[in-house]
Amino acid sequence: MKIAIIKYNAGNVASVMYALDRIGMKYSWTDEEEEIRSADKVIFPGVGEASTAMAYLREKQLDRLIPTLKQPVLATCIGMQLLCKHSEENDTTCMGVFDVEIKRFKSTELKIPHVGWNSIEAQGENKLMKGLSASEYVYFVHSYYAPVNPYTTAICDYVQPFSAMLQKDNFYAAQFHAEISGLAGQNIIENFLAL
Amino acid sequence: MLTKRIIPCLDIKEGRTVKGTNFVDLRDAGDPVELGALYAKEGADELVFLDITATVDNRKTLVNLVREVARHVNIPFTVGGGISSIEDVSALLNAGADKVSINSSAVRRPELIDELALQFGSQCIIVAIDTRQVNGLDWVHTHGGRRITEIKTIPWAKEVESRGAGEILLTSMDTDGTKAGFANVLTAEISSHSSIPIIASGGAGSMEHFYDVFTEGKADAGLAASIFHFKEIEILALKNYLANKGIPMRI
Repeated sequence: MKIAIIKYNAGNVASVMYALDRIGMKYSWTDEEEEIRSADKVIFPGVGEASTAMAYLREKQLDRLIPTLKQPVLATCIGMQLLCKHSEENDTTCMGVFDVEIKRFKSTELKIPHVGWNSIEAQGENKLMKGLSASEYVYFVHSYYAPVNPYTTAICDYVQPFSAMLQKDNFYAAQFHAEISGLAGQNIIENFLAL
Repeated sequence: MLTKRIIPCLDIKEGRTVKGTNFVDLRDAGDPVELGALYAKEGADELVFLDITATVDNRKTLVNLVREVARHVNIPFTVGGGISSIEDVSALLNAGADKVSINSSAVRRPELIDELALQFGSQCIIVAIDTRQVNGLDWVHTHGGRRITEIKTIPWAKEVESRGAGEILLTSMDTDGTKAGFANVLTAEISSHSSIPIIASGGAGSMEHFYDVFTEGKADAGLAASIFHFKEIEILALKNYLANKGIPMRI
């Protein structure tokens, strides 16, 4: 199986690569259109800020490539937010695979960012949580969130219920860091690779 | 519900795990990779690796160690000790660390926090604060707690947050190594005025101490070394104890 991890300027992807190493999978880290298109699975990870990441994706024309991919795509953290329509983070227009507005958490009682392990509840048929409990703990670090919407496949509650996972056709997305979310995270990645 | 985190800390010297009392009298107690993976399996929520004798010579050893840890550990881990530049951070993150912790270098040049947060994002920048009471006031200390500064702890905690720290690792040198409980009053004072998570460290000796630091101390995470290291407290037993007392835990 050919796995492509999309190379761009959002954060550190080493932990994604090591997560794939741990389950014995080979991958390439690339921003080449041909290599990404021909992969069996595409992972779009990232930690970072939305407008800087989108500017880079536009420069590399990856913003046009990614929404047209046909194979299963797994987007995590900022990757998930960039697949939505718009982010409040520096008023950024994103790729629009999911018709969803990314908003900033607002709370006077709870700390922002949302950092740490929180439970997620699967909604309907969640293929990536197959074999897992309906509720699992995964690791989050974020200040912006996708509200619950028709594409939501898992819900987490912090300040209010929000989308921990989204799915539309071949696009799968997770707000949390599956790559460092223990066994639950590893199972989610394995389920994605088994699609 | 967002859980409180239990974080074992592994002090590293020349690639090996050690732990002393009040940061002296080190005792070799194992292979950090094996110990880290074991902690992860036993339910640790995160790991911290502190290179306590960080020197230029040791940098390569540390980077190699980080790479090995990343290959074997499936929970977030932080690396600290002797980090003073963008290049240091870049090498550790590229080797697979999820976060880095800076201490003396931030005291020396606070702008480093802004620069690292801008370059790598706040989420991976932890500022460690070593604090000790002198004449009833809390002062920041550096160099493993040996050297007092002219900086008061509470304003420093506010400053590191405003400069872009993603979390604060607060170690009380008064309680560290005593096993008499965390510095709950100071931890609560800092946590209740801060929007970023506070990891409390120093003084854990019993399960109850963790309960106290999460309730009275308002900490988001509790860190300890020797009690886990020498199996005085098992992580899973601690998490079950806390969960039974109503503290949200990942079990």
